[in-house]
Order: sequence, then C-alpha cells, then structure tokens
Amino acid sequence: MVLYMLMLLSLLFSNFSVAKAIHSERSLYRNILVEETGNLRCLKFDEKSSQSSQSCMYINEPKKLVFNYTKLVFSSLLLIEDPKKVLIIGLGGGTLSNTISELYPKAIIENIEIDPAVIKVARDYFYFKESAKVTAKVQDGRIFIKRAALKKQQFDWIILDAFNGDYIPEHLLTKEFFEELKSVLASDGVIAANTFSSSKLYEHESATYYAVFGDFINVSRKNHSNRIILAGNKNTLTQAHINKRVNELTPLLLPYGVNIKAISQMLHFTKNNHDWPENTKVLTDQYSPANLLNF
Amino acid sequence: MLNKTNALIYFLAFSSGFSIMGIELLGGRILAPFFGSSVHIWGSIITVFMLSLSFGYLLGGKLSIKRPNLAKYGSIFLLASIMVLPIALFANPIMEFIFTHIEDSRYGSLLASTALFFVPTIILGMISPYSVRLLVTDSEHSGQVAGGLYFVSTLGSALGTIITSFYMVLAFDVNAIIIGFALTLAVLGLLAILVNKLFLAERRYA
Repeated sequence: MVLYMLMLLSLLFSNFSVAKAIHSERSLYRNILVEETGNLRCLKFDEKSSQSSQSCMYINEPKKLVFNYTKLVFSSLLLIEDPKKVLIIGLGGGTLSNTISELYPKAIIENIEIDPAVIKVARDYFYFKESAKVTAKVQDGRIFIKRAALKKQQFDWIILDAFNGDYIPEHLLTKEFFEELKSVLASDGVIAANTFSSSKLYEHESATYYAVFGDFINVSRKNHSNRIILAGNKNTLTQAHINKRVNELTPLLLPYGVNIKAISQMLHFTKNNHDWPENTKVLTDQYSPANLLNF
Repeated sequence: MLNKTNALIYFLAFSSGFSIMGIELLGGRILAPFFGSSVHIWGSIITVFMLSLSFGYLLGGKLSIKRPNLAKYGSIFLLASIMVLPIALFANPIMEFIFTHIEDSRYGSLLASTALFFVPTIILGMISPYSVRLLVTDSEHSGQVAGGLYFVSTLGSALGTIITSFYMVLAFDVNAIIIGFALTLAVLGLLAILVNKLFLAERRYA
C-alpha cells in the first residue's frame, strides 16, 4: 500500500513538474516539439537561442486559452460585431481558429501556414478542427494576400500571427504588405497583429502601420514587451460602444478565460499618443531589415 | 608594370565575386514580396546563379582565346554593369507579370529568378576564366595562378555576402545597393580599359 502510494506520488510528481516531449520532428523550417508539463501541452519551435512556446493548451480544459497575447487578440471583437470571414496568418496550434469557430459557428475561417508540419501537429496534438467552413492552407502569407487581392476577396477580421520571438518574416512587415492587407480588408474590418517588438523595431513598426492605416490601437499591458496592434477599422470607438460590447462579450468569452473587461482597459489609442519619433523610417520592401533592428 | 596590372586583375576579380554574392543575397529580398520566403525561393535563386555562372565560365574561357587584353576584360565589366541595372529598374513589373500568369510559386520564383539574374550572372561568370588567361604566363604556374584567382574571387564573394546582409541592408534600399554594384562594375571596367590604353596598348598576352 505504502509502495503503491509512493509510486502514485512519484507519478504525479513527475507529471506536474517535468516537461516530457511527446512528439518532435524536423520540418523544412525548424525543429518542432510538442511537450507536456502536467496539464499543459505546448508546441515549441526548438531553436538553440530560446525554446519559446508558440502555442499551449490545458489538456483537461482545452477551451481555456493559455497565453495572454491570444486573449488580447479578442480585443478585436470590441470593434467588430459578427465576423463572417476570418483570415488567420500563422496557425500555431490552431487555438485561435478553434476558439473563433466555436464563438461564430457560421464564420468562414481560413488559416494560412507556411509550414505543413505545423498543420499536422496542430491536427494531431492540439485538436485543431477543420470543416467545410474552417480550412488550413500551406502557403506564404504574402502570396496568399496578393492572390486574395487579385480575386477581390474581403475579410472582416485578419489576424496576423506569423512572428515568433526569434525570427520575423521581413516581407510581412512592410508598407507594401500592409497596403495589400488593407485591400482585402472589409470596410469596417479589423486587422489584429500579434507583435513582439520591445526593441528599436517598435518605432519602425508603429511608423509603418501609421503610414498605411493612420491611427491605430495598441493593446498591451504596461510593459510594451508584447502588444496587439488593432488597425484598419474606420469607425470611431466610443466609450459607450466599448461598454456595450464588453457586456455582450463577457459571458461569451468567459469559458475561454478571456476577461474582456480587463482587456478593454488596455487599449492605447495612438491618436493621443504617437510614441515614436516623427522621422522614424518606414519599413518597405526596399528597406526591411526587421531582424537586424530587433535587438 | 606587369605586377601592377596583375594586382588590378586580382582586384577586379575580387570585386566581381563581391558583386555576384551581394546580388544573389538581395535576390531573396527582391523575390519575397511576390513569391514568399519559403525554402524553394532560395532553391530557385541558387539554381539560377549556379547555372548561369557555369555558362559564364564556358563563355569567358572561349572569349579568352582570341587576342585577350585588358580592354576586352574591362568591356565584360561594362556589359555586366548594364545587365545588372534592370534588376533595380524593372523587377516589379517583371515579377508582377509572372505572378499573375503562374500560380505555383516554385515555378514562378524560378522563372522570375531566371528573368532577373540569368543574363547578368552569365556575364559576371565570364570574368574568372578571362582573369586566369590574363594572369597565366606559363603552364607551370597555371594551377597556382588559377588557385590564387579563385582565392580572391571567392574571398570577395564571402565579403560581399556578409557586408551586404549585415550592414548594407541597414543603411540603404535594395535598389540603391544594386545600382551601387552596377556603378562599381562600370567604374572598374572603365579603369581596366583606361589602363590598357595608357600603358599596355603594345603589350601582348603570350
């Protein structure tokens, strides 16, 4: 009996403290790791400099979002009422896609991911759900947007989540790219970009968004290490409208662990606060050393 | 005098190596807006550069048979300079045309890479064998000369790669760097022709 309990204890202990790799593979772009630490399962890109988690889920509460930045993305819903066409660039574990399709079962969701191995891992380990309405396509985001523009497609909600801490696809952070994004954005649609710029890049990135979209909204906690940029929506956002949306969204988002009321207090409007120097160089296809600026 | 012109030839070979890899590296940046940054982009670029260099070696060797001199050598640089310019001037319309006609970005990038880089890289590839021809005076030292020549031109390539990717892209637009390479090649070509005119009109390469 004692032995049995000891075994059980040690099993529990190992489950809760030690990360064990349940899957690893080398894709064309990176080493992909799926690790479990107790109740937490994470998708990691194994790079020697850092092993940052790209996407995580709680195994026994798969609905609950783990990462703050993922939660902050839902600030978009303060601006859009009922997204019908959603585009997600950068799949990760497919968390955003799953959540949005649960929230809006009628929405058409297109996921664009450059690495086919990431799509496979999302399906096999993160319950990424596909259907007639939810699809995933292997393509470079820039090419998808260019072709979508030629086909005159429009999206209500575009989520740009293609950057990780270690590498920035530089052709997805230029004025020309944002102009292409703008051309496939519905007139009252919104772009939510997950960015990591705490560095000099912060200013260049802000200046580039401003050059294309005008004033935008930063959604972040006090330290700027992580921000969501909300851009594109032309409707002016009043406090009354925010309050109304917070009331509508709170019960909807609660099961996912998203406190939309708290998030609604993290909106920083660039209209009153241009926190980058006037002469900051805009990033273009001709000048886009984003990775070199990101120190 | 001979040693000085030899130094000039080594320097020019170095510069052509520098420019080739500088341009190849910018190729990825130029293609990315239309064809993305997938693995096959670099496949396309490297394929086209290797293929055109190989043709360039063949052509340069052939050209070196008939009355080789510094003026012809300089003209290769001038021609290369002219052929590099369209990369900066017409890349966008060319890539746009290919993008709208070819759905598969692998073949799109291969074709775009061919359209932009094939001709200038052939010309730049002619420089190495022609340099060997100008430097070799006897068969006993031909291997040593070729070795030295590969050394400086490949060293140039290494420096062209690192300086372009680490520093130049931080300071200049892609097109400005390409035009910079074109101007450098033109100036060096003119220099070779000038040197030939001033000092070496009489000299025959044995």
